[in-house]
Amino acid sequence: MNIWKYSSPQYFYPLAKKMATIFFVFAAVFTVWGLYIGFFVAPTDFQQGESYRIIFIHVPAAWMSMLIYLIMSFWAAIGLIMNTRLSSMMAHALAPTGALMTFVALWTGAFWGRPTWGAWWVWDARLTSELILLFLYIGYMALRASIEDPRRADRASAILALVGVVNVPIIYFSVQWWNTLHQGASVSLTKSPSMATSMLTGMLVMALAFWMYSIAVSLIRVRRIIRDREANAAWLAESSGAQ
Amino acid sequence: MYQAFIFVLRKELLLAFRQKTDMVTVLFFFIIVSSLFPFAVGPELSILKIIGPGVVWVGALLCSLLALHRVFETDFNDGSLEHLVLSGEPLTVLVIAKVSAHWLITGLPVVIVAPLIGLQFGLSVDSLTILLITLLVGTPVLSLIGSIGAALTLGVRGGAALTSMLILPFYVPILIFGAGAVVADAQGLSIDGHFSILVAMLCLSVALAPLAIASAIKIALE
Repeated sequence: MNIWKYSSPQYFYPLAKKMATIFFVFAAVFTVWGLYIGFFVAPTDFQQGESYRIIFIHVPAAWMSMLIYLIMSFWAAIGLIMNTRLSSMMAHALAPTGALMTFVALWTGAFWGRPTWGAWWVWDARLTSELILLFLYIGYMALRASIEDPRRADRASAILALVGVVNVPIIYFSVQWWNTLHQGASVSLTKSPSMATSMLTGMLVMALAFWMYSIAVSLIRVRRIIRDREANAAWLAESSGAQ
Repeated sequence: MYQAFIFVLRKELLLAFRQKTDMVTVLFFFIIVSSLFPFAVGPELSILKIIGPGVVWVGALLCSLLALHRVFETDFNDGSLEHLVLSGEPLTVLVIAKVSAHWLITGLPVVIVAPLIGLQFGLSVDSLTILLITLLVGTPVLSLIGSIGAALTLGVRGGAALTSMLILPFYVPILIFGAGAVVADAQGLSIDGHFSILVAMLCLSVALAPLAIASAIKIALE
């Protein structure tokens, strides 16, 4: 079997549909399992009470937000170097999910911070770099949206994503430096106390659920992008006629 | 190659000096914006002293943004950018020449005026010196990174606001270490770390930004 043929939108389009269904099922199973552990199995934290349970959403969302930026830039780079349309479409499809994950991480972080730190927002190193990550996603999507020619949009936004990848570690470490200089370690998360195993399991299962969800949703979105951009292709008319 | 560099740089500077309004506008924008803060915060020197370095740095950053669209846009619109690409000289070198001109026209005047603004905020002579040095190292980085955004948005709707949106997140580290050096020094801490990192960022952006700018220009011209 020649797997490279799936780099063509024509062959990927039906495959994406099958894969999306499978990943949605996995996402649902892992979500139910993870939330069950999160709500019923994991013990109440003796310092933070019940409010800590938001980590079952917060931490996986934060992980995904960073990971998706890397994957997005990877596909953007492949699209730029090899001139493959589908790679650029995949990068395009990942961006909104990444931005959503960043937003969810910030939002749940604020909900967790209110009872724990007594403030909705703290200029903590992690929060701040997550906020900047959100700006990077928004910039990427804004640039893409404002260029009409899709091929130019692919390449210009790929360059922006690559500049972002070079800068993300610099931004992260400088924000950390800035944070430690300006405010003492009053709210340090770095020395995390040993976590109950069931908490860790719940978090990991939820992380898997977020993975599956992100893949499924991106596949659905890439199908929509293919439909959009290949609207005049004969194969698309055939396949939609056949269904 | 060297000749082409000098030629582009001279052309840009000549154009800027024939049309002095551009330079002067940017400079006065810097002075006026920085002078607005005392009205908003209040005239107490103790507060102004704390926010002073940050205000000067943000002002310099906004000035750099304000003039960014002029780096490539006029040349893009009248077609001379295409000729530069086709000239056979390495595009990265020409790009460095154009960005250097941008810095000389908008960055350097701001750096020179910055100590005066710092005086208004009651900064000490030591702080002013450090402010001057960090701006001298940091503003070229702003020009280099900003030009990536300017090249990416050539001929795109959205214009200046879009460029700012793309570029501002990348300015954060420079702001942190630039303004941070002045604050750290005022607290009696060593600024060697800040300064080394600023220089490192300058080296990194001189090496990498021209590549990104050149490919962005090629994409825009296709």
